[in-house]
Amino acid sequence: MKNIIIILVVLIGFSAQSQEKKDKNAKHTVAVNGNCEQCKKRIEKAAYSVSGVKSAVWDIESHKLKLIVNEEKTSVTEVKKAVAKVGHDTDEVKATEEDYTNLHSCCKYERN
Amino acid sequence: MYKQIVLLLLVLVACDAVAQDTLKAVKIETRRKSIKKSYTVTANTTVMTSQELLKAACCNLAESFETNPSIDVNFADALTGTKQIKMLGLTSPYLLIAEENIPSVRGASQAYGLSFTPGTWVENIQITKGAGSVVNGFESISGQINAELIKPANDIPFFLNIYGDSGARFEANAHANVKVSDKWATSLFLHNNLRLSKNDMNHDGFLDNPLAKQTNVMNRWQYTDAEKGWVSFINFRYMDDQKQTGQIDFDKKRDRGTTNFWGSEINTERLDLSAKIGYVFPDMPYQSIGFQNAYNSHNQDSYFGLNQYDIRQQSYYSNLIFNSIINNTMHKFATGLNFTYDRYNEFVAVPNTFGNFDRIDNSVGAFFEYTYDNTNNFSLIAGGRVDNHNRLGVFVTPRLHLRYNPWEKAVIRASAGRGKRSANIFAENQQLFASSRAFDILNANGKIYGLDAEIAWNYGLSFSQGFKIFGRAADAGFDVYRTDFQNQAVVDLYASPQKVLFYNLDGKSFANSLQVEFNYEPVNHLNLRTAYKYYDIQTDYLSGSAERPLQAKHRFFANLEFKTHILDKGQQWKFDVTYNWLGEQKLPSTMTNPESERFAVYSPSFSLFNAQITRTFSSTFEMYIGGENIGDYTQDRAILGSSNPFGANFDTSIVYAPVFGQMYYAGLRFKIK
Repeated sequence: MKNIIIILVVLIGFSAQSQEKKDKNAKHTVAVNGNCEQCKKRIEKAAYSVSGVKSAVWDIESHKLKLIVNEEKTSVTEVKKAVAKVGHDTDEVKATEEDYTNLHSCCKYERN
Repeated sequence: MYKQIVLLLLVLVACDAVAQDTLKAVKIETRRKSIKKSYTVTANTTVMTSQELLKAACCNLAESFETNPSIDVNFADALTGTKQIKMLGLTSPYLLIAEENIPSVRGASQAYGLSFTPGTWVENIQITKGAGSVVNGFESISGQINAELIKPANDIPFFLNIYGDSGARFEANAHANVKVSDKWATSLFLHNNLRLSKNDMNHDGFLDNPLAKQTNVMNRWQYTDAEKGWVSFINFRYMDDQKQTGQIDFDKKRDRGTTNFWGSEINTERLDLSAKIGYVFPDMPYQSIGFQNAYNSHNQDSYFGLNQYDIRQQSYYSNLIFNSIINNTMHKFATGLNFTYDRYNEFVAVPNTFGNFDRIDNSVGAFFEYTYDNTNNFSLIAGGRVDNHNRLGVFVTPRLHLRYNPWEKAVIRASAGRGKRSANIFAENQQLFASSRAFDILNANGKIYGLDAEIAWNYGLSFSQGFKIFGRAADAGFDVYRTDFQNQAVVDLYASPQKVLFYNLDGKSFANSLQVEFNYEPVNHLNLRTAYKYYDIQTDYLSGSAERPLQAKHRFFANLEFKTHILDKGQQWKFDVTYNWLGEQKLPSTMTNPESERFAVYSPSFSLFNAQITRTFSSTFEMYIGGENIGDYTQDRAILGSSNPFGANFDTSIVYAPVFGQMYYAGLRFKIK
């Protein structure tokens, strides 16, 4: 009986710890594939369309999308999905063939 | 099998290695343009970088705008040689001139303030046409000029500049910088200029340029803690400027206060202390708080012949700004509180006006500015502020800026805004003291020298398009602005050549301006800038509606610059030529003067040329020579009544062209990096 109580306490202790406070200004850097100035506008616009994204800046040279996300409202995965939906591959979520084909010719980056 | 795989791998690696050897590194060099115009900035702002500032003789801020088409540089009066600037056809009192976003040239320093900041201290200048931002205040009407000074954290250890010209003017600038610790850096700027010899090239018995001596010292401290998000600037500044002008035989010890010879001295002493603290929230780079405080004390003692003018101004300015976003960075806002205090002690002794005009002005205000940017092709800035001023009352100042990019490399901007200010009629019209005019303030019932506040609305529209001609970059555009005065402190020089009348506007006063620009880079490193400006500025005076005096309706500007490639050690040649054409200007009425002391109704049109050659020997040493007014065009007669300066027809304020002919200069710049 004592063992069960100890195990329960430990479990509750662990679960309490894993309930971290959500970061309202979480910084994330996501690799997003794209080519030109037009892509930057499309990628950032897609990121902003997700409620909870506070700041989204995509750098053409490094292909990195710097995000500040309010994790109480949304998650980075949601943002990646939104970016993939407009045709740009991210590290986790890839764009469908259809969305990629709809891109403007200058934006058709190389897909591996 | 195993051996074969290893062999294959080795071959592949070898190929890869060879392939890497043959890949040459490609270095892309982007040339920074010296005047930066953006397709994405919302307001009609151009930034003049330090490269642009080096193109003209450029000894102080007043002379920094020679190569910029948006600002007209004029000649203030025949005596002090202080260059006045105009934007959209309106003189500098209608501009907000700030240094690092703290209003600097205003009140007592309005006339000569731009000559109190040496050109070498300036890092860049942002010029905004039309109504500015509400964050900086309510006074700007036709534009804003903000000069950023060199920051200690980015400064080089030592800089020296020495300059001399054929008008016997010598200048020396020395900067020293120390990075005291990883957070603190300090810079010390020293400036000295002298003109010790007398010039009278047009033989009218008067000095063409004043004898002058100026000492200017600034010490700046910068604290940066990037991790915690704190930045702070603390500045100490002191300036002493002495000018003597008038007849060549004038001896200030012997002839002051007499009618032996006509002379003038303008002595100014100024102390500035300012501190700015900024905090950027470490997790939220879009959120920050800034707190600016500035105190200055300005003291001018001057006399012009038998006229005397002393003004002492103590000001305190404080601004607290909070910047953040609403939801995301597409929606930004700035809000805050502002407090200003000015104490004027003014003594005027001129015909018909004698006495003290002491006053205290103070105001408290709150502002809010919202910025929307869809990161694609549209942005807007909408701002408003409410101020409670002891003389201007409680009033609201709205400002709006819009920007739209209809297609590639095109931008349309629109702006509208209101400005309100106290006209410091004496400080702003000091050139009129050097004349025989009597000063009259009519219907003096208002709160500011008996007049009411000046209120104006400014509207503007601009369009710019980039394109290619023969494969080379070019851009063209136009902007139109209208400034409508609801009330103005009218300075009437048409009533009589022996009088200046000040009165509240009764009727209409407006300034319409059109600027058409074309810029082209036909060949690598060769840049052409051209602009045509049209001004229609009219005011209802007592004598009827008339053009504002000393304002050309048509102006044309062209600048051609050529730079050679920068070689390995930093060697380079730079050539610069500027051409200005001014159409005829209406002159104040002199018809009632005796025939020998009359000007025509309109001045002639004329052209001016400036040129400069800079040779950079290395990244640490360069020399330059140049000429201003190379065509040697001067105004036929600069001073009316010069043979009898204490008589009724004396006037040095009617200046429409250079008084001093061709001027050649040379200098060097030395750096330790």
